[in-house]
Order: sequence, then C-alpha cells, then structure tokens
Amino acid sequence: MSLAAAESTQACAPLLRVEGLTQRFNLGGGRVVHAIEDVSFDVPRGAIVGLVGESGSGKTTTGRSLIRLVEPTSGTAMFDGVDLFSLSPREMRQYRRRLQIIFQDPYSSLNPRLTVAAIINEALDARGFDKARAARKQRIGELLEMVGLRAEHAQRYPHEFSGGQRQRIGFARALAVEPDFIVADEPVSALDVSVQAQVLNLIRDLQQRLGLTMLFISHDLAVVEYLCDEVIVMYLGRIMEKGPSQALYSNPRHPYTRALLATAPVPDPTRKRERVLLKGDIPSPINPPSGCVFRTRCPHAIEACAATLPPLEAVGAGQQVACIRHHELA
Amino acid sequence: MSAISSSAAGSGERGLVRRLFSRPTSAAGLAVLAIILIAAVLAPWITPYAPGKLSIAHRLQAPGIAHLFGTDDFGRDVLSRMIFAGRLSLTVGFSVVVLSSLIGVLLGLLAGYFRKLDRPLSRLIDAMMAFPDILLAIALVAALGASAANVVIALGIVYAPRLARVVRASTLVIRELPYVEAAKALGVPTPVILVRHVLRNVASPLLVQGTFIFANAILAEAGLSFLGVGVSPDVPTWGTMISLGRQYLDQAPWIMFFPGGAIVLTVLSLQLVGDGMRDLLDPRLAKDI
Ligand SMILES: Nc1ncnc2c1ncn2[C@@H]1O[C@H](COP(=O)(O)OP(=O)(O)O)[C@@H](O)[C@H]1O
Ligand SMILES: [Mg+2]
Repeated sequence: MSLAAAESTQACAPLLRVEGLTQRFNLGGGRVVHAIEDVSFDVPRGAIVGLVGESGSGKTTTGRSLIRLVEPTSGTAMFDGVDLFSLSPREMRQYRRRLQIIFQDPYSSLNPRLTVAAIINEALDARGFDKARAARKQRIGELLEMVGLRAEHAQRYPHEFSGGQRQRIGFARALAVEPDFIVADEPVSALDVSVQAQVLNLIRDLQQRLGLTMLFISHDLAVVEYLCDEVIVMYLGRIMEKGPSQALYSNPRHPYTRALLATAPVPDPTRKRERVLLKGDIPSPINPPSGCVFRTRCPHAIEACAATLPPLEAVGAGQQVACIRHHELA
Repeated sequence: MSAISSSAAGSGERGLVRRLFSRPTSAAGLAVLAIILIAAVLAPWITPYAPGKLSIAHRLQAPGIAHLFGTDDFGRDVLSRMIFAGRLSLTVGFSVVVLSSLIGVLLGLLAGYFRKLDRPLSRLIDAMMAFPDILLAIALVAALGASAANVVIALGIVYAPRLARVVRASTLVIRELPYVEAAKALGVPTPVILVRHVLRNVASPLLVQGTFIFANAILAEAGLSFLGVGVSPDVPTWGTMISLGRQYLDQAPWIMFFPGGAIVLTVLSLQLVGDGMRDLLDPRLAKDI
C-alpha cells in the first residue's frame, strides 16, 4: 500500500464519530425523558454537518452532550481517536478548548457585566494565550475583525450591540481558542431575516478561510441547504434520514423529510414536491410511540410501523433512511 | 455611595449614582445620607460640646441657644451626643451589611449552584428565617455577650438568610444561562465561574437588599439597646440615647426625639435610595435574566 493511500484514509477518517448516543433525563417518579435515542453520525474534517428537525426533536441536547455540558446516558464520541465520553472531568478539561459551542440566544450568551474584551480574554486564557497586554489587545482586535466587527468594539458592553453583532462576538469567543470543532446551535434563528443572511455568509466565509469543522443545528432546511455538506434529520430523539445535502434535498426518502421540505419555503420553483403538511404536535418524549416514532403523524403509516423500530438503511450514495416503506414510497 | 457604584460598574449601571440623583426621591435620600455621614465623620470638629461632658447644673435643659437640641439628665449636650452616636450606629449598620453579605452570598451561591448542597443549605436558611429577627438577635447577643462587635455578629447572622435567598434564587437562574455554559465549555474553573459570571450578575438585587438591611440593622441596634441587650448604655448610639431618654419622656422629650429623628431620617433615606435602585435596576434584570 502506498503512502498516499495511507494518507488519504487518514484524511478520510471523520474528526468526530458519534455512535449510539442516548440521552435520557430522569424526572423522578418513574418519568424519563427520551431526549435522544441511539443517534450515530460522522462529522468529516472540514465539513459542515447540518442537524435539522422540529423544536423538541433533541438537536440542542445532541450538541450539548457532545461537548459534555450534559453527561450522556450512553454512547461513544470518538474525537480525533479519543472517546470524549470516557474522559474524566479533568481529562475533559484538556479537550474543552478543542470543542466550542455557539448558542441560539444572542442575548443570554454573553455576560452583560463583561466588556467584549473581557469576554474574549476569558477564552484566550483558556487557550493559554500570551498574557502580555499588547499581544492580547492585538489578538482581540484580529478576532473582532475576523468576525466583521471593529477592534474598537472591544471596550463596549454586550447591550450596546445588535443581535447579529452579538452572535459575531459569540463566534469571536469560540474562535479565540482555535477549536477543531464547533457546535452552532441555531445561531441565526433568533435574528431578523436580513441579518440572518449576513451571519450565514460570515459562517461560510470563516469555514472556508479557517477550514472549520462544524455541527450546524437548525430547524430551517433552507438555511442548512445553503451551508451544509451533509444533513441529519432528527425527529423525537431519533435520526429519520441522513445523507449528502444534494442527494437529500433532491431526493428526500423519509416522509418526515418530505414534510419538512414541503413546509419550508422553496427557493427553487422548478423543484416539484408533494405538499404533505404535518398534522398535530410532536408527541411527548416521555412516552414516545412504539416502533417508528414518526408514525403518529405520518401520512403513510401502516400497522407494521408500530411493531418494529425501522433501522437506518442505505438508499444511495451515503444516504440512509429509517422507514420500512421507503421502497414503496420511493 | 461611590463604593456601591463602582462595585456594580457594569453595562447599564455606569452612572447609577448619577441616575439616582436625577430622581427627586432618591436624590433627597442620597443628600440626607451624605449629610449624616459627613457629620458623623467630622464629629470631633463640628460638635459644640464634648459628647461625654457632664454638667449637672444644666441638666434637662430644653432646646435653646446654648444647647440647640437641649441637654439630657446628666447635662450632656444632646446635639453633640447625637452626632457622635451616628458614628457607631452607622458603623454597626454598615458592618452588619458587610457581614451578612459575606455569609449570605456564600450560602446562596453554594445552594444555588450545586444541586447537592441545595437541599441541606435551604433547610438551614429556612430554619433560620423561621425565628423572628429580634428574638434571634436577642438570643445571639445574650449568648455572645453584650458589645457592639457582638451586636454586629448577631445581626449579621440574623440578616444573612434573606440575602442567601436572594442570591440562591438568582443563582438558580443564572446557572442555566448560555454565558455560564460558554464558560464551562471553555473549561473555566468553577470558582471563577461563580465569581465572574454568577456573583457579578447577582450584584444588583444584592445592592438593593443591602440598603434595606442597613436600615433594618440601625433600627435593630436601637431596639437591642433600648431593651438593654445591646451596646453598653454609656456608649452613645442612637439606640442607647433613646433608651436613656425614655425615663424623661414627660419632662424632657427632646432627649428621645432628636436621636429618634436621626434614625427615622437615616432609615427613610436608605429606603428611598433602595427603592430608587430597585426601580432603576429591575427592568434591566428582567431583560438580562
Ligand atoms: N435538562 C433536561 N431535563 C429534562 N428534559 C430535557 C432537558 N433538556 C432537554 N430536555 C427535553 O429533551 C427534548 C429535546 O430537547 P432539545 O434537545 O432542546 O430539542 P431541540 O433543540 O431539537 O428543540 C425536549 O422534550 C426537552 O424538553
Ligand atoms: Mg434547540
């Protein structure tokens, strides 16, 4: 085997491989929230993987348990050859700065009492960055400019900024530690539509410039299509379908994915989609339906759907779908 | 008050004192407090008589030219004593605020941030709050011995649980906020998170409570002295002056009236400032948390 081949397998190994991630919250009195059940996916180096689904489908919990802001119930997360979930809290501290998170709410994600400089300084401390004042000041200026702000903004307080600018500050804080992997949890959902586009452009720009690897969480499929190389569709804590963006958008195989795409505003009118609108609300994760969790809202559900949990089956180049009727419905 | 404004220096609170001055009620409160404070500090230079100077010939004199606020049963000048008394009363009030804040912040932060400590600490806080303030204070002073320092310790313990509750309630909310999670994600050590991210954002409700505790402590010190379980009656505080003047209420009401008035003015001013701070800080809090 040639050296080049060995190198290429190395390059192809995903930065993060999540297997069987399960997160349950015990509410006491025998009530258990099944927030995520048996979720597996890869995040290749330098790629943006989108995680979509309605509110309550477990997207945030997935992101939070990956960087261990909550302790996962079970599963593994191989990050650069190490299982993050098996690290002791002390060992995890060493990995913290390699994994960062951007939050949905631009207002509560920045401490209102700290200046922008102090916020970024905290991250530079975590990075072990040079303590010298001049070096710090210059680095903070660079980071602010990198996210489209100005160096002078460092002395201001968060409330002096708009929502979009605050998200940029959140990015500057995350980038300050030069992370290998970023979880972006609906970073534009709370922003005005016009501002959304600017922040999305920034993310794309940063990704290309810095080669970032990112898990991009959103409930908006159009946003994910613009940004992501691969997409994972979640519903009630389980993966319904996943695959390369192009394949998944042009040929969605799961009834849930189709429904999501049908309700999303379609940027391309030549693309025809059957209009299936989702009826009702997402069921309680305390008592998820038996078999396929989507069956209670699925227009194509049959009796067999209640009997067995559909496994993820390959349906094309990298595309996988968890539906026992995907052949008939294709 | 400058200590207060700088300790709370943060986004919306820069210029808190300035904004307090722009409201007539809190401006009046601040002005009165400033006068009382300056008088207490400058007491040795501005009082017409030495506070302990006896003059049996002039005992129980009504307010007049020689003694603006009259004299007490030993012929001591009430105005001079009252100004000196302010020193100890204000010191006791302030020390109680500091001590109860130290205890209250520690208890509240620990109970609010660490789920495992919440139940036992909350029990303790509730148990302490079940006693009426003044009874607990009397019991503590009785156990420790009557002195100014022990009054401070007793009142500091009595008021700590209220602050602990305020701090705990805010900590429970702040602990879940994304900026705390962001700090955790950076691997910031927990003690730093507690101080930099939690405590700093509890500062405003703490400040408001602090002014009310200041006022209560001055009243409670007077009450303890009045009941004879506080500071030694020879030491002038507003409380001991009232306590001594009580016997001459019919003949010489001014002995009680003026120190009583000083207490009322101080407490009222503190309440006005506290109310002002609460109004100025609350909308911001609601928005941030
Ligand atoms: N700490 C928790 N305790 C109990 N239930 C939780 C907790 N965190 C999340 N959940 C529940 O897990 C489910 C998934 O939530 P979440 O991950 O926030 O979904 P999404 O981000 O897709 O909207 C929800 O039903 C939510 O109520
Ligand atoms: Mg979410």
